[in-house]
Amino acid sequence: MSASTHRRRRATNALMLGLCAVFAFLAVGVLVLILGFVLARGISSLNIDLFTKMPVPEGEPGGGVANSMVGSLIIIGLASVIGLPIGIGAGIFLSEYAGHRLGDVIRFTADVLTGVPSIVIGIFVYGLVVLRMGNFSALAAGIALAIIMLPIVARSSEEMLRLVPHSQREAALALGITRWRTILSVVVPAAQRGLVTGGLLAVARAGGETAPLIFTALGNRFLSLSVTGGPIDALPLSIYRYATGPYSEQHQQAWAASFVLVMMVFVISLTARLVLTRRG
Amino acid sequence: MGEGSKGSREATTALAMRRPWRTGNMGDAIARVIAAGLGLSVLALAGLLIYELIDKSWQSITEFGLGFITSTTWDPVAREFGAAPAIYGTLISSLIALILAVPVSLGTAIFLSEVAPSWLRNPFSFLVEMLAALPSVVLGLWGIFILVPWVRDPVEKSLGSHLSFIPLFDGPPFGLGMLAAGLVLAIMVLPIVTAISRDVMLAVPGSQREAMLALGATRWEVISGAVLPYCRSGLVGAVILGLGRAVGETMAVTMVIGRGYNITASLFRPASTAASTVASEFNEATYNLYISALVELALILLAITLLVNIVARLLVWRIARSPGVIRE
Repeated sequence: MSASTHRRRRATNALMLGLCAVFAFLAVGVLVLILGFVLARGISSLNIDLFTKMPVPEGEPGGGVANSMVGSLIIIGLASVIGLPIGIGAGIFLSEYAGHRLGDVIRFTADVLTGVPSIVIGIFVYGLVVLRMGNFSALAAGIALAIIMLPIVARSSEEMLRLVPHSQREAALALGITRWRTILSVVVPAAQRGLVTGGLLAVARAGGETAPLIFTALGNRFLSLSVTGGPIDALPLSIYRYATGPYSEQHQQAWAASFVLVMMVFVISLTARLVLTRRG
Repeated sequence: MGEGSKGSREATTALAMRRPWRTGNMGDAIARVIAAGLGLSVLALAGLLIYELIDKSWQSITEFGLGFITSTTWDPVAREFGAAPAIYGTLISSLIALILAVPVSLGTAIFLSEVAPSWLRNPFSFLVEMLAALPSVVLGLWGIFILVPWVRDPVEKSLGSHLSFIPLFDGPPFGLGMLAAGLVLAIMVLPIVTAISRDVMLAVPGSQREAMLALGATRWEVISGAVLPYCRSGLVGAVILGLGRAVGETMAVTMVIGRGYNITASLFRPASTAASTVASEFNEATYNLYISALVELALILLAITLLVNIVARLLVWRIARSPGVIRE
């Protein structure tokens, strides 16, 4: 091989690897820029009123989004109560019971459902729950977020349950322990951390969702504690409302509320990772 | 008696093999039924989703027929609804996003899986996954106050003054519009395509690389000659999954696209996507046909994303089967 070919190959190598590195730094740079900006603007707009006060009439200074935070907690709580048990149960079915063909069909459907836009889920629950119940509610919003969580939790739980060695199941069965007892007392505890991680990641994903809430929770300028009684506010909804509104006081609050939402999502995601990697 | 009980025990065992729920442990039978019910709920949900959307959009489907997809008029006052501008906006904004994001994503994925030293790999992967976790509405807020003014002033002004002979860059600089939506979508697609392609590349067996290295190949030749061809279908799947995300992305796009219903070549004009139309008009929909038309838009969105996801999943499944929810 001639020296010039060699040089050309070396040059191509350096150029392409360099290009990949540039792209990687560009991607991470954009990310750091966005995150940094959101956090900086958020912190500077943050004050205690945001957490303790109710919204004031539009255009007036002051006030907070206490009602949205309470609403978000109620909705995410409902979504977790509905979505996590069903999702983990589906994961148990996939890893412990399902035959090859049925298992693959469910797995594939779950993966495809993960890709369905959340706004479509919102419209779906609007037809399924809101129209039938006759009003918007925290329950409808909780169901919508639970549907978003379900396929994520099912697939991650399955993956985690599969990591439990077969010998553990066999040891329990050899002791004469029934199959469901084996699953409940041996397999699930062994996969506990993985299940918690998958669940938390799903909660983080659902917690930041806005689009489905438009059709289910609707939003409410007042405090609502009712699960089925009527429209309820949520943090992402108030960010959307305030960001698209004309008043600078509201823009400030949108930044501050965004900071709280981002922190919530990140803390949950980080906890999820720590649970999984912690040695113990 | 002894004979009988032995015979019945054999029969019982045989029965238990065939139909475990008829004998043996009641708890096992119940647990199996419950688990099966929860597992099948995934399938039931998918079926119900499709049924419900068709049911709720039936009024609009029967009223407009196929014309709904081709008509360019979206006029709630005249009770006329055509989805063409929204479908056009969805496709163009997603296309912009892919054109901008895919090269950067693939480069980043190659960097993370093949090039980066291990101390850089984890923090970079972590940051990319954090960007994926950023709520869409927060990115929309950033879009309104930071991206849109930037797009209006240096970007569209300079593109417009130098390249306005290209129809894409013709028109007054609004800021809000197709270009801003495409940029926001590119940022949202980037982490997904990066993460999946990195996983797909990491699934390529080391022996493939070693064989190439043993022939005296440079690192780039290993990547382009062994790694990328080996996982090509998975990479295509990753890009299509990114497309699926872009098509269905709602909040950030709704906040920066500016609500226009004209099909124009200019990227500077306000436009709308299927998702942004549904999100921004739902609260104004005052009569049933209007709501039904919005649901039909959601149905079209569902059809597109189902198609995209089925194709992409099949491609990715051939390489790496894990759900990609939990990493490291």
